[in-house]
Amino acid sequence: MDWHQLWIILATPDNVPITLLLFVMPFYSWYGLRQSFANDRLIEQLEANPEMAKTHHRKTQSYRPEWAREVHVWPYLLRIEFLAALVVTIILFVWSITLNAPLEEPSNPTLTMNPSKAPWYFLGLQEMLVYFDPWMAGVVLPSLIIVGLMVIPYIDENPLGNGYYTYKQRKFAIWTFIFGFIILWISMIIIGTMIRGPGWMWFWPGQTWDHNRLIFEVNRDLHEIFGIRNKLLAFAVGGAATTAYLVGAVVGIHKLITLSPFSRKIYQRMSLLQYTVMQVFLVTMLALPVKMILRLVFRIKYVWVTPWFNI
Amino acid sequence: MSETNGQSGGQSGNGAAGKTALAALVAGSKEVKTRALQEMETYKQPEKTDLWKSVLRVKHDETPRSRALGVLSNVFLHLHPAKINRDAVAYNYTWGMGGISFYIYVVLVFTGALLMFYYHPSKVVAFRDILYLEHDVPFGKLLRNMHRWAAHLMVITVELHMFRVYLTGSYKKPREFNWAVGVILLVLTLLLSFTGYLLADDQLGFWAVTVGTNMARATPMLGHDGPFGSMFGMTPFNDVRFALLGGSIVDSNALLRAYIWHCVAIPIIASTFMVVHFWRIRKDGGISGPAPMMLESEIKPLRKP
Repeated sequence: MDWHQLWIILATPDNVPITLLLFVMPFYSWYGLRQSFANDRLIEQLEANPEMAKTHHRKTQSYRPEWAREVHVWPYLLRIEFLAALVVTIILFVWSITLNAPLEEPSNPTLTMNPSKAPWYFLGLQEMLVYFDPWMAGVVLPSLIIVGLMVIPYIDENPLGNGYYTYKQRKFAIWTFIFGFIILWISMIIIGTMIRGPGWMWFWPGQTWDHNRLIFEVNRDLHEIFGIRNKLLAFAVGGAATTAYLVGAVVGIHKLITLSPFSRKIYQRMSLLQYTVMQVFLVTMLALPVKMILRLVFRIKYVWVTPWFNI
Repeated sequence: MSETNGQSGGQSGNGAAGKTALAALVAGSKEVKTRALQEMETYKQPEKTDLWKSVLRVKHDETPRSRALGVLSNVFLHLHPAKINRDAVAYNYTWGMGGISFYIYVVLVFTGALLMFYYHPSKVVAFRDILYLEHDVPFGKLLRNMHRWAAHLMVITVELHMFRVYLTGSYKKPREFNWAVGVILLVLTLLLSFTGYLLADDQLGFWAVTVGTNMARATPMLGHDGPFGSMFGMTPFNDVRFALLGGSIVDSNALLRAYIWHCVAIPIIASTFMVVHFWRIRKDGGISGPAPMMLESEIKPLRKP
């Protein structure tokens, strides 16, 4: 267990934001979900008791009928904003005094650094390059992420949870977002920062980053596993595998959407367009962990080899 | 003082005339003093002076009217409504991340402008400029550090803001469009970070941009290395990567373009989208909550279009 190596990774100034993320993300996830569960408990009470549902003010925050509904922005909101600005400024000053922004040697096109890493917020994309070709990992998938995010409000037909934290009223939405944001995006950043070392080789936390480490790892394409060398047959096998994945993913996601009576209710509200768009994005999103497992566990590089592109 | 005057007056001229001149002077100065004291009384109430009223057009006392006007008549504050729901003030609802992101953006513009005084976007001197800034410019190191860490902090706060908005369902009707604007702002934040990275012209920035723009050359149809690229006549000298770099290699043109994107173009675009984002927040009903909770049994059936 090389503690020194671990310390270098965690404390390099440019990695400090990731180390921060390791604390900040769980904290805010807990902070938000805690309120979700508190709200859910009240919702359960209200659902069990229709009389209470008619008269209750419908919030978990403290309430007295004689209290004014609204308060003046000056001072009640502005003082909190001022405090927040003050705290952020202090954090920035302390951070800037203690840690120095990195400055490496002058740029040299003839000397590549090893590992040559993108800034941490793009490390997720760089890690995807292991599993997909540049056109896919660098262009198609990021574009789909951006468009997919924008499309979310238009495919979400669940009217509950509009303006308050809840878990049980929005399970599908919350799980898919946590899957995409925390399990995929954030952990890819963490893998890219802390796990990928020289040569983009996999180093578990505590392993020394050895530039001379040799790993014997032969990657093969899917059709090679079946012993197929013929290009046409390889094309067919790859196409079949990809189609099988697509069909399986679509069916699997459909089953997930129609799992509970509530989700079936929401599913019925969706139009065909909404449903198709949702399927397209979820299936593509699921392709990443599937490809990761195929690559990391089974050493499969390409599932489908064609003369024009490889997946 | 008056005695001295009196003596010199008595010595130079007629004694009697000097005495009346002296008395007049004394009376005059007493009158001036009384007037001065009277005028100074008004300074005890500065809100009544014309100077004050010209700057602050409305009264600033403890009344509810003044509290509302203090927000509504102030160009910097009038984004806020005069009053908000008492529950929306709680930190645990919003986490304050939207406002904090905006504040950090302002910090970045401020520190960025100061950094621009010491930086030339030329391959010949860019790196040296950073060294000069860090070692010779007073507080230069602090300035550069603040800019860099504020940039990283802004990416984090923007992502936390997105997370909070999602968890509270604040992208649902009528705020769908504002969520899309927010996604664009997220992309612009990342692009600002990326273009800034190259400006130091060190190994870190150079190779990060090389990796990034190499992905651009793999764009389907628009990149010379991407699927179907050759079909569209894409070469390293006319594809989308060429457009980004101003050339086929990461060199001085790329540095200049990154500088312009980072300091001029993207801040202008981001500010425009921020204006829309803040406008839509007010027009869509202000902060989304905490809203009264709805039960499953209260879901209204969809209106058929």
